[in-house]
Amino acid sequence: MSYRTTLIALSALGALCIGPSPALAQDTPAAVQARKGQFQIMALNIGVLGNMARGTTDYDAAQASTAAANLVAISMLDQSFHWPEGTDNMTIDGTRAEPAIWENLPDVITKWQAFGAAATGLSAEAGNGLDAMRAALGPVGGTCSACHDVYRAPQ
Amino acid sequence: MHRIFTVFCVMALIGSVAAWAVTRPGVITDADLDGLSGDPIAGAAVFWAAGCASCHAATGATGDARLTLSGGQRFVSDYGVFVAPNISMHPQHGIGGWSVAQFVSALQMGTSPAGHHYYPAFPYTAYRLAERQDLVDLWAYWQGLPASDMPSQPHELGFPYSIRRAVGVWNLRYLRDDFTITADLSAEATRGRYLVEALAHCAECHTPRDALGGLDRAAWMAGAPNPSGSGTIPPLTPDKLTWSQAEIAAYLNDGFTPDFDSAGGSMVSVIANMAMLSDADRLAIAAYLKALPAP
Repeated sequence: MSYRTTLIALSALGALCIGPSPALAQDTPAAVQARKGQFQIMALNIGVLGNMARGTTDYDAAQASTAAANLVAISMLDQSFHWPEGTDNMTIDGTRAEPAIWENLPDVITKWQAFGAAATGLSAEAGNGLDAMRAALGPVGGTCSACHDVYRAPQ
Repeated sequence: MHRIFTVFCVMALIGSVAAWAVTRPGVITDADLDGLSGDPIAGAAVFWAAGCASCHAATGATGDARLTLSGGQRFVSDYGVFVAPNISMHPQHGIGGWSVAQFVSALQMGTSPAGHHYYPAFPYTAYRLAERQDLVDLWAYWQGLPASDMPSQPHELGFPYSIRRAVGVWNLRYLRDDFTITADLSAEATRGRYLVEALAHCAECHTPRDALGGLDRAAWMAGAPNPSGSGTIPPLTPDKLTWSQAEIAAYLNDGFTPDFDSAGGSMVSVIANMAMLSDADRLAIAAYLKALPAP
């Protein structure tokens, strides 16, 4: 057995031992990775505001305004390419997207637009003090839940 | 032979009478509630902690509509479909005509005013552990809730689950008068235990069930299959739920995880209830969860 063959054999063995997870991440369609990424950006920016609302960080008008503007920017991303058919949790691993999304697309779009409207409302208030920001953040969280309640599977 | 048969028949008769007697629905009387008077303000806090609206408000109700307990939500289970009844203040279609003793009998005995068993989809198994003062307060709060004339729909259960009397046998096995967590707890976690085990009935979803649908106390809050869809209900034991006490309490208030993901599924409605509690009570619930034994 040559050095090269041994190396390949060992690599294959190693891949077997590690199991399917790393391969799975690579197999996740780009569209799924992209939409998960957009939700992570949303969570990061909501976190900036949410921590101020909770009092775990100090309120900062400029940072709050930036975070709210980022949420508005995300809400304006056209979602056409993020949700191809066959990327639901019954068809592939690595997503919690329920098949119901594709059965109720008009409702999903309405819910996404509701997020946009709430984010715009938040953007108008985010720099106007902690209480104003906190009051406008609640409705944004409500629009997240409204969609997750119906269209995202539990862990 | 004839003699043996007679003895057998007599034994069977005695057994049947005994079975009938021990499966008889229990009742709480006015005398049991003697000296208690209800405070509707205190009852509001009990109402939200007990989560009544999550099952008995109309499907999809939000905001003030959650105070109209018209029923109609459908709960699919292995035994059939349970349909939440109208428990609004309507005198005919709801429970507006009940006495306080009938109300407490329902909550703590699982017994209807007509003397029938309720099915344990209704968590009287948890409310049984509640302080009677709290339930009398709850009834006082109830008097100010709206009435709905929506008729209650029957459950859709197959045989043998359609036999209500059989719930009496189930109650013999599963109706308990003690808390599950009996370890020494701080005063805060003890308050949390009361909120979780007696009122909020978190275990109904977060604890797995045995073959007869009883909660598996040995796997308390260890997570369970999702009763209403795909996926699993996550475990709440501290080995799995690693959020801090403050993070758990904040999640129960604003619905955001420590990563600022939002709650989904049935927790959306639960958080709408929990957000109505005091900060101290949400922290107490979190303290109790942090004190749970890992399975």
